[in-house]
Amino acid sequence: MLDLRGPSRLAAYLLLSLGVFAILAPFLWVFLQSLKYEIDILQGSWIFNPTSFNYADVLYSRRSDFPENVYNSLVVAFLSTVGVLLIGTLAAYSLVHFKSRAAISRLLLGWTLIFNMIPPLTLVGPWYLIFRELGLSGTLTAVVLTHIALNLPMTVWMMMAYFREIPQEIEEAALVDGCTRPVIFMRIALPLAVPGLIAAGVLAFVFSWNEFSVALTLTSRHTATVPVAISRFAQQYEVQYGQMAAASILSTIPALIMMFIGQRFIVRGLTAGAVK
Amino acid sequence: MTTGIKRTGSLSNFADRQFHWLALAPACIFLVLLTVYPVLELIAMATSTITFERAREIWRFTPVENFRQLLDDDIFRIALKNTVVFALVSVVIEVCFGIGLAILVSSAGKAKAILRTILIIPILMPPVAIGSMWKLMYSLDFGVLNQAITLIGLPAVNWLGSTSLALLSVVIVDVWHWTPFVFLILLAAVEAIPNDVIEAARIDGASNRSIVFRIIIPLIWPTIVVALFFRTILAFKVFDQIFLLTSGGPGTSTEVVSLHLHKVYFQQNDLGFGSMLSLAVIAATVAFIWVAYRAGRFVRARDA
Repeated sequence: MLDLRGPSRLAAYLLLSLGVFAILAPFLWVFLQSLKYEIDILQGSWIFNPTSFNYADVLYSRRSDFPENVYNSLVVAFLSTVGVLLIGTLAAYSLVHFKSRAAISRLLLGWTLIFNMIPPLTLVGPWYLIFRELGLSGTLTAVVLTHIALNLPMTVWMMMAYFREIPQEIEEAALVDGCTRPVIFMRIALPLAVPGLIAAGVLAFVFSWNEFSVALTLTSRHTATVPVAISRFAQQYEVQYGQMAAASILSTIPALIMMFIGQRFIVRGLTAGAVK
Repeated sequence: MTTGIKRTGSLSNFADRQFHWLALAPACIFLVLLTVYPVLELIAMATSTITFERAREIWRFTPVENFRQLLDDDIFRIALKNTVVFALVSVVIEVCFGIGLAILVSSAGKAKAILRTILIIPILMPPVAIGSMWKLMYSLDFGVLNQAITLIGLPAVNWLGSTSLALLSVVIVDVWHWTPFVFLILLAAVEAIPNDVIEAARIDGASNRSIVFRIIIPLIWPTIVVALFFRTILAFKVFDQIFLLTSGGPGTSTEVVSLHLHKVYFQQNDLGFGSMLSLAVIAATVAFIWVAYRAGRFVRARDA
């Protein structure tokens, strides 16, 4: 874009390196801390004997619930992603293709917009009472259901953007050939929207994995997810810095994997709504 | 219309004709049960005092008391003020950094892909992990920031423990977390500018500076506004990092709306008043969306 030559080129690369440093340095520093014994962390030493003690303590020690937390988080993230893709994709398809009921679709989209923008903590009170009433308080089911609700607006909008790009003629041709609507959806629209499904799925998975405020209030000790567990490390009377650093690094792994596998899809998904 | 086509039973026939309703139904049912109904429940709760006795809820109808509690709640006012300050300061910084990074990266040639990959890492990280990372870095005794500061001979800074600095410290974390998102959106907008526009300007002798301020920024302005709007809304929801970094302290210097809600609901166990607060927050959010929407329509009508 810009023509960078001479000193302006130098300045640009200096600024960019500063940005890269600002993003990566916290990571590397915390990773270093996770390899230290508590005493080395507290002394702020830069020369130390690296140890995997913190990781072993977080993952294998008997007093750590972390493996259980990881299991809970995986179950919640996986099930809520499947659920939200199922519900959201169907709804998006219907909203894109059947414009005759404009009032209903406007109502639905308007409501999802508002719901997406209010802080989730405002609804935690009623959710807590409702799940208590249903006997689901403290269960993973409650967390899965709320995560589906929280990710539904994003999924619907993103899938609508992808379905809109499919040329109407393809589906009209299939209709003329005698395909039923459900078949057209399954055999034609859905395969063409696979990039959208991947983008929405990856984002829903990561957002569910990361979600904290609702999981904090709806889980009990044995259903706690990873973010809730990390906050416990930080909230204890005597903060276990090493374990906290190790757990934070571990909790970032799924996001990093997703980032490197599906970056193309994620970037398109995140920017689709904003630019158009 | 369907002559000559084999139909297997009336069920699939029904599914065919009513497909748009059937496809929409799960989402509608879900939204009604998990979002609309809770909001209605919120209204019922907000007008009540709810106590638990032997694991049973006891509801008393006390709308006036709850509303008076809302008016008398000084901490809520402070939280509201802190949230607004937090949102404005962090969003403005994020958008400025985001514009700069987007333009620089788009001009970076071959390094573009790798730069983008690195710069967007924070978007997908768990906010709680970000909070605990920065909690370590901000540590008064062994944090890397204070190590750097004392190395150049300045006194150590109490990032999270001083009432004047704590809000700024959480703003810095938010800027680290969300600048990448703004950058990503704006990068897409900058890349969408046709190259010949900029080429033409360059042939006319425009400097880099005037290309940035006279061409690129005006052309991506609509996207900047969208980014501002979304980031402001998201900044209003802030909870995770502040819960981890300061829990609202010291005193009430980083108390924000979501934290206050959490405290009223789950530390004071006041479900009734918590719901009254929630309704106030929802009303404020809807009002903000409405005003922003109206302002957007007004500006577009004026420009058209």
